[in-house]
Amino acid sequence: MLGAIDWVFWILLVARVVVVFAALLLSVLLAIWIERKVIADMQTRIGPNRAGPAGVLITLADGIKLFFKEGVIPAAASRPVFVIAPILSLVPAFLAFAVIPFGTGVTLFGHPVPFQLADLDIGILWILAMGSLAVYGVVLAGWSSGSNYPLLGAIRSSAQMISYEVGMSLGLIAVLLYSGGIAMSEVVEVQARHFDVTGLGWLPKWNVFFQLPAFLIYFIAAVAETQRPPFDLPEAETELVAGYHTEYSGIKFAMFYLAEYVHTITVSAVGVTLFLGGWRGPMFDFLPWLWPLVWFLLKLLIVIFVLVWIRATLPRFRYDRLMNFGWKVLIPFGLLWILITAAYVQLPQTYSDLRAALIIVSGTLAVVLLVSPLFVGPPRGVLDEGAAPTTREP
Amino acid sequence: MNADLVVFWVTAPLSVFAAVAMILSRNAVHAALWLIVNLFTLAVLFLVLGSPFLFVVQIIVYAGAIMVLFLFVIMLLGVDQQASLRETIRGQRWLAVVLGLGLVAEIFFAVRLGLGLSRGALPDFARVNEGGNIRALAEVLFGPYFFPFEVTSILLIVAAIGAMLHGRRRVQDEDVIDMPAAAE
Repeated sequence: MLGAIDWVFWILLVARVVVVFAALLLSVLLAIWIERKVIADMQTRIGPNRAGPAGVLITLADGIKLFFKEGVIPAAASRPVFVIAPILSLVPAFLAFAVIPFGTGVTLFGHPVPFQLADLDIGILWILAMGSLAVYGVVLAGWSSGSNYPLLGAIRSSAQMISYEVGMSLGLIAVLLYSGGIAMSEVVEVQARHFDVTGLGWLPKWNVFFQLPAFLIYFIAAVAETQRPPFDLPEAETELVAGYHTEYSGIKFAMFYLAEYVHTITVSAVGVTLFLGGWRGPMFDFLPWLWPLVWFLLKLLIVIFVLVWIRATLPRFRYDRLMNFGWKVLIPFGLLWILITAAYVQLPQTYSDLRAALIIVSGTLAVVLLVSPLFVGPPRGVLDEGAAPTTREP
Repeated sequence: MNADLVVFWVTAPLSVFAAVAMILSRNAVHAALWLIVNLFTLAVLFLVLGSPFLFVVQIIVYAGAIMVLFLFVIMLLGVDQQASLRETIRGQRWLAVVLGLGLVAEIFFAVRLGLGLSRGALPDFARVNEGGNIRALAEVLFGPYFFPFEVTSILLIVAAIGAMLHGRRRVQDEDVIDMPAAAE
């Protein structure tokens, strides 16, 4: 296995990793600036406008400031865990990006350089795995601070992230059933086809059209996973000071902030790849490797804009409503959608299209009728009704 | 095979170390953290054994979901103080020592004498995983092992429902301070 070492290959590999890492950092700088500018605009403020043209360097200035600030470790803190927590929150956020394809790639020095760090067999699952590890940073930060508000934030976040991870994975499973492949490149490949309906031939068959429910499930769960408003309960400043990172300062706080935005960019990129056709778009002969990159970044920008828009528009959820929504709406709906998708993929192989459609419709109705009594029982949330607390049925 | 061996010899001691550290930790959260490290190293060993799917599932299910629940419960109950060393079952410690030694002896002889799995050579992973690791696993799981698989899944569902029923308590009026739905 170890023969002559192919230096060019290894150098290109390392270069790819470094470039993606740097690009992610840079895009975080820009994303924070965009977010602040867009929100300012939506709230008829000016927003950051001092550092650089239109304040574009504001994040850099903030970063430098935080870097040189003193990092205080509270006396009651559990030191090793307190130091590890921000790192644990940052690393999975970066790692998840490794499987995302953002272009076709080029050939340098006779070596193919794909614009994707690793096209794993298990692409989608890798993202889920990294998402599930991201919880630790928050949970451990909250616990190790040795203080009440962070602890409450950590408890909230662990409950929230576990709940919404289930919803998120249900959305992703529907997509992988539909695409018939788990590797990210396969999912992008499937979306290369176009509609064969007259007049719509120009429209690519992106997953978002046939998997719209899965897209909505994924998108909602992704907002909750990244703990962005309106799901930012773990750091609800009106209730918990700053939630899990109340006790953090200096570079450690900056790492949490960075992790949050890397995570946001990653889930947006996953959404673009799985539902919006990935890097696909009209290609031109001029600089053929550049266009995929352009389309990918453009789509990414649109998704991030929508996220900011949501933040500016919606008020924060109440905690019990958040959990109710996750478990009683998102997950049952996701399961039902997986059922429909599986039937849609499998049935036409044995039945004619018409019969398959009939089976799917009647089957869906039967399941809904069978399960719905569970959801229209006695009032669930006491606070929802404003009445006296009800004793739960035994 | 070389690279696999290197990974194994890096991972295996780490795995054992994490396991021992978990047992010896006095702090419940630290013990949980060591257990996470241990589960993670096991995941890497799955990767060495040619199953990226099991690697990822191990991380998602054990390191990602179950251990987060553990931490959640530990934090919620506030088990920060050292666990008490008082025995609740009489003779428990001696019984544990005897049974532990028995297990060590069993593993030792199994490895030494070449019982069961350790006798055969490892299969060729590239050939087994032809057409993808997930497909290979699915064909085994839903082929020869279909019945045990289904029985296990039913058992798990029954256990989950049982745990839910046990954990459920009737909410008294005076118990309800805030957010009863989320407190469960």
